[in-house]
Amino acid sequence: MRTFFEQLFRSQVWRSVFRHGLPESNRTRAEAIFFNFFLHVHPTKVRKRSVRFNYTWGLGGLSFGLFIILTVTGALLMLYYRPSAPQAYWDMKDLQFVVSSGQFLRNMHRWAAHAMVAVVFLHMLRVFYTGSYRPPKEFNWVIGVVLLVATILLSYTGYLLPWDQLAFWGISVGTNMARAMPFGIGEKISFLLLGGNIVGENALVRFYVLHCFILPVAAMVLMGIHFWRVRKDGGV
Amino acid sequence: MENSKLMDQEEHQQEETNLLTRRYFLEIVGGGAIGVAAVGSMVLTAQFLSPNVLLEPSLKFKAGSVENFPPASVTLNKEQKVFIVRAREGYFYALSAVCPHLGCIANWKGEEGIIACPCHGSKFDQEGRVLGGPAPRSLVRFSLLLDEQKQLIVDKGLVVGEDVILKV
Repeated sequence: MRTFFEQLFRSQVWRSVFRHGLPESNRTRAEAIFFNFFLHVHPTKVRKRSVRFNYTWGLGGLSFGLFIILTVTGALLMLYYRPSAPQAYWDMKDLQFVVSSGQFLRNMHRWAAHAMVAVVFLHMLRVFYTGSYRPPKEFNWVIGVVLLVATILLSYTGYLLPWDQLAFWGISVGTNMARAMPFGIGEKISFLLLGGNIVGENALVRFYVLHCFILPVAAMVLMGIHFWRVRKDGGV
Repeated sequence: MENSKLMDQEEHQQEETNLLTRRYFLEIVGGGAIGVAAVGSMVLTAQFLSPNVLLEPSLKFKAGSVENFPPASVTLNKEQKVFIVRAREGYFYALSAVCPHLGCIANWKGEEGIIACPCHGSKFDQEGRVLGGPAPRSLVRFSLLLDEQKQLIVDKGLVVGEDVILKV
């Protein structure tokens, strides 16, 4: 077994992927972090205080974990869901009663979505109470607020997709709230969101595109910047 | 020799006084072209996002004949979200059932004689005026006409004043 791993670590394939030596010296241990795409954003040093679990409660990491769960389950749900009326409702029912593990995936997506809103909010509270919004991290707080809004918008756009009574009235009330904006801006925003004057087929497709592409991509880009800045400022 | 020296000097002076250099000219032209293309594509995208043709149900509909509505009655047409009110013998008007607060469908409460919204508790009288709750405005009154077959025609695209009625 030992010789197998020694041979593996010496092989051309392994060494083409991991171009540093085994993490046996301080130098190669550092290289293992610097030369890894996923780890390279880590800071060179971290305060002992900030790695303590009850300093961060791991809430940012939990939010990201939930986002990963939502991306994977969401991509799988997309294989059976067609965003057209009334087909969307029947596809949702098929996912519950016909598709293998469909109910499980749908519930996982639903509960992870609820949890993500809660966890992101708790993460914001933690950052507030530890004063982590203070200089030099003010701008990262702003990005965090935009990410909170993105999370809520993702949750809201996903709400219409089952195309049931709850979804219909939820979106009716929500877009009517937008309509309360003055000088006709509200009417315009509501019209653009719904792709019309009523919650109909156009609205369903628009919310679907926002939910499955535009908002997740925006959130991913912002998360990249958010994590990079956290680490450059000495966080974990 | 003498001439080129002079030109060198001239060019030097030009740069110093920040006159139009070739580099600056090309930056302006190139940057301007990119700017025009960027603004143009933003305008086109904004236009693209707003649909020009909508397959939405007609705002005009037949509510039924006069005899379907007894005097002193408020009838909700759930599909069209409109109340047909026959206050007295020949006194008709059409009220929107869409609550002006957040767009839920209000109901007629016969025993209390009010129109009430189930979502956030707004209350209106039979004329659509706000009695209580968060509703910021009265219920909208729509144009109500009678066609040749004595059918009531409601036009939800045409809002009329609060004193307009249909006399039959």
